[in-house]
Amino acid sequence: MTAYEKVMAARDSGKLTAVDYIANMFGDSFIELHGDRRFADDKAVVSGLAMLYDMPVTVIGLEKGRNTKERMERNFGQAHPEGYRKALRLMKQAEKFRRPVLCLVDTSGAFCGIGAEERGQGQAIAENLMEMMALKTPILTILIGEGGSGGALALAVADEVWMLENSVYSVISPEGCASILWKDSTKAPQAAEALKMTAQDLFDLGVIERIIRQPKADDKAMFESLKLLVSRTFEKNLAMTDEELTNARYNRFRKLGAGI
Amino acid sequence: MDLFSFRKPKNELESLPDEQQNVPFIPDEMWIKCPKCNTMLLTTDMEENLHVCTKCDHHFRMNAKQRISMFADGDSFVEHDADMESKNILDFPGYDAKLEKARAKGSKESVICGECKIGGINTVLCAMDPDFMMGSMGTVTGEKITRAFEYATDNSLPIVVCTAAGGARMQEGILSLMQMAKTSGAVKRHNDAGLLYITILTDPTTGGVTASFAMEGDIILAEPDTLVAFAGPRVIEQTIRQKLPKDFQTSEFVLQKGFIDAVVSRSNLKDMVVKLLRIHGYGVEEAE
Repeated sequence: MTAYEKVMAARDSGKLTAVDYIANMFGDSFIELHGDRRFADDKAVVSGLAMLYDMPVTVIGLEKGRNTKERMERNFGQAHPEGYRKALRLMKQAEKFRRPVLCLVDTSGAFCGIGAEERGQGQAIAENLMEMMALKTPILTILIGEGGSGGALALAVADEVWMLENSVYSVISPEGCASILWKDSTKAPQAAEALKMTAQDLFDLGVIERIIRQPKADDKAMFESLKLLVSRTFEKNLAMTDEELTNARYNRFRKLGAGI
Repeated sequence: MDLFSFRKPKNELESLPDEQQNVPFIPDEMWIKCPKCNTMLLTTDMEENLHVCTKCDHHFRMNAKQRISMFADGDSFVEHDADMESKNILDFPGYDAKLEKARAKGSKESVICGECKIGGINTVLCAMDPDFMMGSMGTVTGEKITRAFEYATDNSLPIVVCTAAGGARMQEGILSLMQMAKTSGAVKRHNDAGLLYITILTDPTTGGVTASFAMEGDIILAEPDTLVAFAGPRVIEQTIRQKLPKDFQTSEFVLQKGFIDAVVSRSNLKDMVVKLLRIHGYGVEEAE
């Protein structure tokens, strides 16, 4: 697959979304929690508590919706500031109970609009980056589709970041990049190549720790092994002291682009 | 225009209209036109006035060197990591040429960081450079800013950062995005050490810089009529297919929405910074 074919696969409306992962991994144990306690409940973010085997976890996902109606409701997975604030509220709550946090990222980016700007989209993302870096509980992020720039990063300051084999993660969409740099959005395939945005590229750049096989809806064995991987990672990180954990997270990002 | 203006001029001088023939020759760089009030200003007057229009108070953009000299006492500024330069780490097509072009304008990178005295107080000072690829944040930018915060934390110093950025530098792909997390981590450590961070938002502050260290200051000041945004106005107009209100995303607008502490005109900025440093206890011992 070319880089742009992977972009298309990551955006494919038929693929599994965050709610599918939550259902397959946590079943009935999932309790959805709503609202940022400040302004609203952003439906682009689905979040709550769940049991991973016998381990309580906090789950936060960017949800695109599985059909037209859901997609409208979920704003196509593009969160407003209140979505990022809801996520942070649940992360701080997880920290209080030292409960690991699993983030599922699938968004073309943070929403660009009047309300989003008025309510401080930049400030909301910035605060998440800062607070996640020092959160005293394990965080694991899995990119399950599109990872669009700051809107994805706001849920991806984690101890480890994993990507599905057909997911992408980039500072800008290939279309946006091509139209800004080359004034021609049809050059998106070249931009996708140049941006190095596929899971394999990011693994090679040292930006992610693991590439996950693409699961299908009824792929019970695949979800079971994913659950096992996640719980082992959480167990390993729960055994660390707060200081060891946050130092390791800081150093994980500190080394990126430092070798100049 | 009379009928004869169509005849072919016999020589260059004859082709000039009468009123221009008496105008003395003036080199272009001596004058600058204010984009806001259209007044022609003597460049030296404008520069002496901190790059502010003497007529209408329009704040021209300043490069990083000019910013540093605006805040640092005398020649107290000592630059850190001056030799760090961006490289084409992803082999991105056309990036080498872009970097070369940007450097030809006189700046090495999109940020200058170092240590200086501001009103006699030891402070770490960073200034982003709108002249260098519109201050976009690449890995070197992120690394220099991170080091500046780490230095300030290690030496218990306050830090002042003047932001100016079109966003993340897309030619460095995901690694430029990662600088948002990296710098935020360094800000957090400085914050948790109980040290003061003052952000000064200058035109334009957008994208990944807004969504990281620009919005993480203890005190956030902005110059008048500065663009402060996450998504720039053109991106929003394209997304929602709607014209934006006139003053949308100006510093006055974000002040009203509650996201910055104050809009301060350039002539008062240094005094304001010194006051803020003092009220946080910096420089008090030296004064006693």
